[in-house]
Amino acid sequence: MKKSPIVTVVAIGIGAALFFVLARFVAIPSPVPNTNISIQYGLLAFMAALFGPVAGLLIGLIGHALADFSFGWGIWWSWVIASAVFGGLMGIAARKLRLEEGEFSKKDLVGFLIAVVIAHAAAWFVIAPVLDIVIYAEPANKVFVQGLFAGVSNIVTSGIIGSLLCAAYAAAKPKKGSLKEEE
Amino acid sequence: MRNIFNYVERSSPIHRLTGATKLICLLLWSFAAMTSYDTRLLAALTILSVPLFAVSRIRYSDVSFMLGFTLVFMVLNNVLVFAFAPQHGVSIYGTCHVLADLGGRWLITKEQLFYHFNLVLKYLSTIPIVLLFVCTTQPSEFAASLNRIGVKYTVAYSVALALRYIPDIQREYHEISQAQQARGIEMSKKQRLSKRLRSASAILIPLILSSMDRIEIISNAMELRGFGKHKKRSWYMARPFRAADFLSMAFCALLLAAALLLNYLNGGRFWNPFI
Amino acid sequence: MNDPIIQFHHFSFQYHAQSEPTLHDIELEIRKGEKVLICGPSGCGKSTLAHCINGLIPFSYKGECGGSLTIAGRESRELGIFEISRTVGTVLQDADGQFVGLTVAEDIAFAPENDCVGEPELHERVEKAAALVGVGDHLRHAPGELSGGQKQRVSLAGILVDDVDVLLFDEPLANLDPATGKQAIELIDEIQRKTGAAVVIIEHRLEDVLHRHVDRVVLMNAGRILADTTPDELLAGDLLKENGIREPLYITALKYAGVAVTADKRPDSIGHIRLDEEDMKKVRDWFARTPPAPPRPERPMQLEAKGLRFAYSNGHEALRELSLSVREGELSAIVGTNGAGKSTFCKLLCGFETQQEGTISLSGADMAALSIKERADHIGYVMQSPNQMISQTMIYDEVALGLRTRGLSEDEIRPRVEETLKICGLWPFRSWPVSALSFGQKKRVTIASILVLEPEIILLDEPTAGQDYRHYTEIMEFLLALNRRGLTVLMVTHDMHLMLEYARRAIVFSDGALIADAPCAEILTDEEIIRRASLKETSLYTLAQRCGVGDGQAFVQRFIDYERQEVRGT
Repeated sequence: MKKSPIVTVVAIGIGAALFFVLARFVAIPSPVPNTNISIQYGLLAFMAALFGPVAGLLIGLIGHALADFSFGWGIWWSWVIASAVFGGLMGIAARKLRLEEGEFSKKDLVGFLIAVVIAHAAAWFVIAPVLDIVIYAEPANKVFVQGLFAGVSNIVTSGIIGSLLCAAYAAAKPKKGSLKEEE
Repeated sequence: MRNIFNYVERSSPIHRLTGATKLICLLLWSFAAMTSYDTRLLAALTILSVPLFAVSRIRYSDVSFMLGFTLVFMVLNNVLVFAFAPQHGVSIYGTCHVLADLGGRWLITKEQLFYHFNLVLKYLSTIPIVLLFVCTTQPSEFAASLNRIGVKYTVAYSVALALRYIPDIQREYHEISQAQQARGIEMSKKQRLSKRLRSASAILIPLILSSMDRIEIISNAMELRGFGKHKKRSWYMARPFRAADFLSMAFCALLLAAALLLNYLNGGRFWNPFI
Repeated sequence: MNDPIIQFHHFSFQYHAQSEPTLHDIELEIRKGEKVLICGPSGCGKSTLAHCINGLIPFSYKGECGGSLTIAGRESRELGIFEISRTVGTVLQDADGQFVGLTVAEDIAFAPENDCVGEPELHERVEKAAALVGVGDHLRHAPGELSGGQKQRVSLAGILVDDVDVLLFDEPLANLDPATGKQAIELIDEIQRKTGAAVVIIEHRLEDVLHRHVDRVVLMNAGRILADTTPDELLAGDLLKENGIREPLYITALKYAGVAVTADKRPDSIGHIRLDEEDMKKVRDWFARTPPAPPRPERPMQLEAKGLRFAYSNGHEALRELSLSVREGELSAIVGTNGAGKSTFCKLLCGFETQQEGTISLSGADMAALSIKERADHIGYVMQSPNQMISQTMIYDEVALGLRTRGLSEDEIRPRVEETLKICGLWPFRSWPVSALSFGQKKRVTIASILVLEPEIILLDEPTAGQDYRHYTEIMEFLLALNRRGLTVLMVTHDMHLMLEYARRAIVFSDGALIADAPCAEILTDEEIIRRASLKETSLYTLAQRCGVGDGQAFVQRFIDYERQEVRGT
């Protein structure tokens, strides 16, 4: 795909719409409130790796904010910002990937997974709980446990779903090669 | 679309405010509620939202569904706060008036109850205004409003595109997931988590790949119609500000100023009745 | 005549990613006020040519241009895509992709918004453009509330809101039902007369475009222009057939009857083609001497739906009192407008939704208790786009998926997958990745992935959408072969040729109910049903009437039988 500024604008819009649909209609609730086993972060990890940090940041921000709007509980800014930070960091950490050229080797996979761990750790172990304390004055141990749970479950789901998406996308790129018809 | 975001088309003074006004008011109001933990301000904001609902002609039945979500969320969050930090109120307000001793660290104190009361007020002071915004602002006007308050128009248009394509993508997700179910793909709770995630990706992969085609088509269409030609663009849905718009924004600015002033007077975010 | 507004001279183009040029030595002129149809099989270069005209090439898709292309007298590569879009307005094939606004009015306003046009001019221009294409009453509607035809009108209004000199239509008929397609062609004609713009239509459905006058037809194949002439000249020759374009059916019928189709007979429309008494006699004689096909033996009842009623949660009643039955080994088309209840019926069959009233039974047994997965063992459902179904990287794995989720061992799976791959003609590609396949081959993979579950009935949504005549014939011959092996085939389709040529029966839906269930020749000659179901009368019927064949319906049936037996040998 060509990467003009317009493509980025559209990718952000469609990415946010996908994020919204997955967050809103495919959420599997977990025992800790405000946290889901959320597959939308797998999507976000993939989109950020493909379209870069700006797209990742804005997809997280817009997608999460719209989802919060539609649930009607107001915008929980601390978590919206954490989603945006995750998308942005993911875009930076995965910038070496060459998905567009149909490449996703074992080494790329490891790099992708490391990026997922770092970006989620920053978002959920640091940003979200700190903002919860700053904005909402919630008790520290509560928000850090919440963040820990969210972070770990997001690392697992985005690690699995994100890498499956990357592999499928890279494989769907037609490659020149020596395929022969067999009898 | 309209029912996802629950826009209710009626004629009221609040509906007639421009989207940009409502967005600015929402931001000012929620910043006021966010920065302050002053009980008096939060209570005032909560009470103030009642006449606003009356003026907007939004009925309880329009929002009951969304309120339900929120109440569950609020109760759970309070339970959690208490479970993790039963003495959080004591540490905030610096005094300790024990009402009951449940054994161990589970003291029930006036300070803790007061903190919970404030936490509940915090929800009650912001949620009505968000619901009001959602119910009275046309999704179409939202993007134009973002641009008006200074967000770059390309980003504002990304938001418009998200709103535009959510229903299409939702339908496509649904169709793909049904067709995959017929082939035996399940996401039910009976299965182990790792298998459930694999199933989810069997639905996600076709959805994502067809979304990538969609991105290419839409960006071609937008480019052919001159998107990104100039540094600004106009908006069909933009409306000029009227007196009511300026008044509303000024009023909400005052709310934020009050919040900041109270923080200054209280010497912190909390209003402490215990000293 | 005016000066050419678009002029290709020795023009060639090669995409950067490809080793061969896609366009070779193009010579083409389009003048203001002309209407030109560009046709050719898939991969002939017609879409690339369209991209050159609207500026996507070379500004979005990179590659090497040779020769010259001038637009309004200036070399295109020296202009920008925005400048070109002031001259050329494009209506894309995918109406949902082009509809970027949240409502009709906003979408029409999109281009002037980008030009910073302010009030009150913006509202005035939008209203004027909307009125021109007849969507003035829908300005506040969201795309989800519009039909496919209305969305296309909005796309056109979004172009007409600027004064462009060239209107470019990329496959305008692809997603429309027959009656709406006919209206689209009429609308294009009307708009051209009102605006005086040049019109370029890219389309392989020749007969449908020729419903209104076209000045020239440009035939392309393998990146070259093979013919650039009047429709009359082109129809008189054999170039169309040789290059995989379907001739209008009445032309084919005339040729079967031995009538010499020459340009001076003005064959571009069944309305005004000149047929002398001798020609008409030839047609009548052909009808008289062609034997009717022997009746097919009655097969036992297989699928029976009785009194189905279904309403969506938003209150929309999609089906009311629908009853129908399908016999074993049938090959039938389910037709009707969008919203007539066809897709709801399919969802009920597959168990995706449950009817509020009525029963569906298969070989006499009620299906109510069966889950989605259990039903799929009997009724296989193939979605319209293969991209919506394929989730595996390798062909083998994609076909094996349904068996694996059913818990079979790899030893049981292998022979079944291999057998299916052989039936579907995919055996030579068994170890390939899906990405190496063409669109038509991917479609086969999705059909194979359903067939491997050994259903008794296969249900396909628009099986030939987006494919040219040759690929379409390939897919349909393949389905016909499966049908001969005993599989019941049901196809939901808007394509009249598909229905006429392949389906033995048409099941016609209108407004949530069944209005007809009869052989296609009967349906497509019945004015009342045609009107209610948004179909289009076949030109064969008109031909029969003009030639004085008494029984027009029998003539259509005879033509179908003749093609099946004599031409395709089936």
